[in-house]
Amino acid sequence: MAVTILIPTALRAFTDRKAEVEVEGRTAGEAVAAFAGAYPDIRHHLYDDAGSLRSFINIYVGEKNVKDASGLETPVRDGETVMIVPAIAGGKALVRDSGACPDDTGRRP
Amino acid sequence: MILISGDAERHIRAEGEKCYPDECCGILLGRIDENGRRRVEDIVPVPNAGRAEERYHRFRIEPDEFMRAEKRARLRDLEVIGFYHSHPDHPAVPSEHDREQALPFYSYVILSVRKGAAAEISSWELSCDRAQFNHKEMGRAT
Repeated sequence: MAVTILIPTALRAFTDRKAEVEVEGRTAGEAVAAFAGAYPDIRHHLYDDAGSLRSFINIYVGEKNVKDASGLETPVRDGETVMIVPAIAGGKALVRDSGACPDDTGRRP
Repeated sequence: MILISGDAERHIRAEGEKCYPDECCGILLGRIDENGRRRVEDIVPVPNAGRAEERYHRFRIEPDEFMRAEKRARLRDLEVIGFYHSHPDHPAVPSEHDREQALPFYSYVILSVRKGAAAEISSWELSCDRAQFNHKEMGRAT
């Protein structure tokens, strides 16, 4: 099955700025693995050292999060899109902040 | 450097004040020019999906919101270039929690809201080794 991987902006530095690429795969997991195989530098951003998909990475087939389907075993049909969606979170420190980060020149704002 | 219009910044400030004492959050859509400058073309406020009792110091953007914003951006030939959130009664600098949860490349715009009033705003990017946030200049888009 030929599916299109939709790449988030943050990972395009590893894909020559391509926003999407076509890969082969029968499941969401196979498609993402094929994508990581084509761009090896991206692998450690998607998978942990044990080879599992990182917890903050979500995979969508069409508009459905595979966590709500069969996970990485979710089947993909020919021509479908598979989107890599990072979880976004943050917030101010709970007890105390670690302080302002230095900028490129080492100054603190 | 990140360029943002007066309207977009006012929108973020209004969101920060509306959500106070909780944190607000949203997605920045825009373009990156050949010099690497980011230009915010649109902002997408999204509900803070963090647990209600933690929203005063935490924010979370649901993956579904991100997915929809990403598709919306592609339809308009834009990119998701970053995110904004507020720090109620706290400086507009990234926390250690922000750093742990952040991704390189994206712009993280932080608004301080003090006693309900929007205050300073700043932009940051995580270093590629994830070691620290780097402060980035914010400019006015015309």
